[in-house]
Amino acid sequence: MSANFFYTIEVIANGLMTGVMYSLVALGFVLIFKASGVFNYAQGVMALFAAMTLVGLQNGQIPFAHLINTIFGTHLDKFGWEVPTFLAIILALGVMIGFAFLVERYILKHLVNQDPIILFMATIGLAYFMEGFGDLMWGSDIKKLDVGLPQGGNVWLENATEGWANGFYGFYIDNLDMWATVIAVALVASLIAFSNYTKTGRALRAVADDNQAALSVGISLRKIWVIVWSLAGFVALVAGIMWGAKSGVQFSLSLIALKALPVLMLGGFTSIPGAIVGGMIIGVGEKLFEFAIGPYIGGATENWFAYVLALIFLVFRPQGLFGEKIIERV
Amino acid sequence: MFYRESGDFKTSYAKDTQTFPIKLDRIGYYVILAIAFITIPVMLITDVGGGANYWTNAILLPFLIWAIAAIGLNILVGYCGQLSLGSGGFMAVGAYAAYKLMTSFPDLSIFFIVIISGAITAGVGILFGLPSLRIKGFYLAVATLAAQFFLVWLFNKVPWFYNNSASGQISAPTRSIFGFEITGATATPEAKYLFCLVLLIGVAWLARNLTRGRIGRSWMAIRDMDIAAEIIGVAPLRTKLSAFGVSSFFIGIAGALFFAVYLGAVEVGEAFNINKSFLLLFMVIIGGLGSIFGSIIGAAFMVLMPVLLKNIMVNQLNWPTDIAVHFEFAIVGALIIIFLILEPHGLAQLWRLLKEKLRLWPFPH
Repeated sequence: MSANFFYTIEVIANGLMTGVMYSLVALGFVLIFKASGVFNYAQGVMALFAAMTLVGLQNGQIPFAHLINTIFGTHLDKFGWEVPTFLAIILALGVMIGFAFLVERYILKHLVNQDPIILFMATIGLAYFMEGFGDLMWGSDIKKLDVGLPQGGNVWLENATEGWANGFYGFYIDNLDMWATVIAVALVASLIAFSNYTKTGRALRAVADDNQAALSVGISLRKIWVIVWSLAGFVALVAGIMWGAKSGVQFSLSLIALKALPVLMLGGFTSIPGAIVGGMIIGVGEKLFEFAIGPYIGGATENWFAYVLALIFLVFRPQGLFGEKIIERV
Repeated sequence: MFYRESGDFKTSYAKDTQTFPIKLDRIGYYVILAIAFITIPVMLITDVGGGANYWTNAILLPFLIWAIAAIGLNILVGYCGQLSLGSGGFMAVGAYAAYKLMTSFPDLSIFFIVIISGAITAGVGILFGLPSLRIKGFYLAVATLAAQFFLVWLFNKVPWFYNNSASGQISAPTRSIFGFEITGATATPEAKYLFCLVLLIGVAWLARNLTRGRIGRSWMAIRDMDIAAEIIGVAPLRTKLSAFGVSSFFIGIAGALFFAVYLGAVEVGEAFNINKSFLLLFMVIIGGLGSIFGSIIGAAFMVLMPVLLKNIMVNQLNWPTDIAVHFEFAIVGALIIIFLILEPHGLAQLWRLLKEKLRLWPFPH
């Protein structure tokens, strides 16, 4: 077998793992869409905000330091202590849950029964708001996020597979990507267990099925929304940690939300397994396309390939892979 | 009392179907036209206060151009109900078509360049509108992102589009109409302003008349419920594609103007990125879905607000620009949410309510 064959396998493996990272963001979308019918564009910014909060807490940054300095002429910077990673993660989760409360209290409650497009626009507004607010709170510089996950290529795997073919230097697989895969699997398993075996989880599924019926048997929609947005905040935190550890906590992190959209389309807006499978298809597809065809047409095809793939796919199956069949009545 | 609909009798069919059937509206329209065509150009030519260039470039031109684009998007989203996030890409098509036309046919009048660019964009829009026959709702919105990212990538990677220039930028050469320079470094502010104004009025007139005719009604039928519309005999293919075509035509015109008249030089990833698509969507939603007037005031709102915020924060409070930018993001986001909560039907609805109030005010009955 030639080296090229192994390189292709390497590309596929890396694509799968990138796909898992996309799925992490897509999961948050699916959770919220199922429970409240809101297409939450702010999911990517939530991941960014969660990661920023985590880094800020870890380093003991004073929130709004830059703003306070500008207005009052002070020279604040840091509290002078560092919060241990585990505690910081718990605190960041607390912030995301508080955020879920605020979203429900000040936005969703007022927009019940509006058109989906109005709710969608509201989440775009929310995304803009959080972007500006997050930068004001923690500063807009690129931050390094270190939660103790191993980084860099896996040396053992590289050495073990070197020399399998002439001119092949072994598989290069990022340790962090492998961890991301493990964590994503654990996350999905626990989400499924949560929604199947707990009372709250059953209530979530009831709301997702039919919110009017759920309301009539005594499930509080507003409570469910808070729970769902908290869950999405938790997923955003996990995604933020993974992406932040991979490429630094910076503005571009919020753009992965856009990458999660074709993943959703492929998988269907309402399916958790769909988000995972869709992510993997997109991840492998774009990496393979860039590897095989990219060099001939100028490269950087990753920018658009996912969308075009999803577009072509949808023409044949409008509800996505695992989406509920769309039934229309007059 | 102040807004009166009564006592305005029509004696002919033509009068009954005119665009502004109420006398007060008509007078207001002529007053605005007079200000736009006489007062503002005179102010620009005489350069009162020395800010003609600033006013044209910071407020007037962006407002006129975005208003054209907003009308275009409103036809697709507000009248035909097809959500699109690809407007930035379509504006790029208009800009690059204009650039290729300007450099290939140096003698062509700028007016025809802009119109032909719009027509080319309409073709591309129809092409990307084809999936709308199968894909609906948010799935379609995401599918139009394919247009956004693919088109921007295409203009970045294929040297033919930017005539192999080393920087990858395109810059507009000097072109004129009736001997007045419209594009290029030496064009005067009033010429640019008047050119865009005429196009905006043309587009608004066309859009208004399209939307109240047969084709506009079929768009609205598709918007309200496409299956029911299909059953009563509205052809979805023709209707949806015509909406995509007309909408892209206007957006293409706006893109051509944005590049040739307003910016002069453009780098595609910078000028026509996804944020422009969102900005345009904001204009349409805040202005009011399904309203031509709404598109125009929506554009005015979204153009003026950042300028105002920046003036307050940077010039009055002397804050560093980065904080001002973050604040602007937060405030724009918050305002959009507040707007949607208070008035989901946009500024146009507020205007309608105001007219209702003015009919009786200050009397109780």
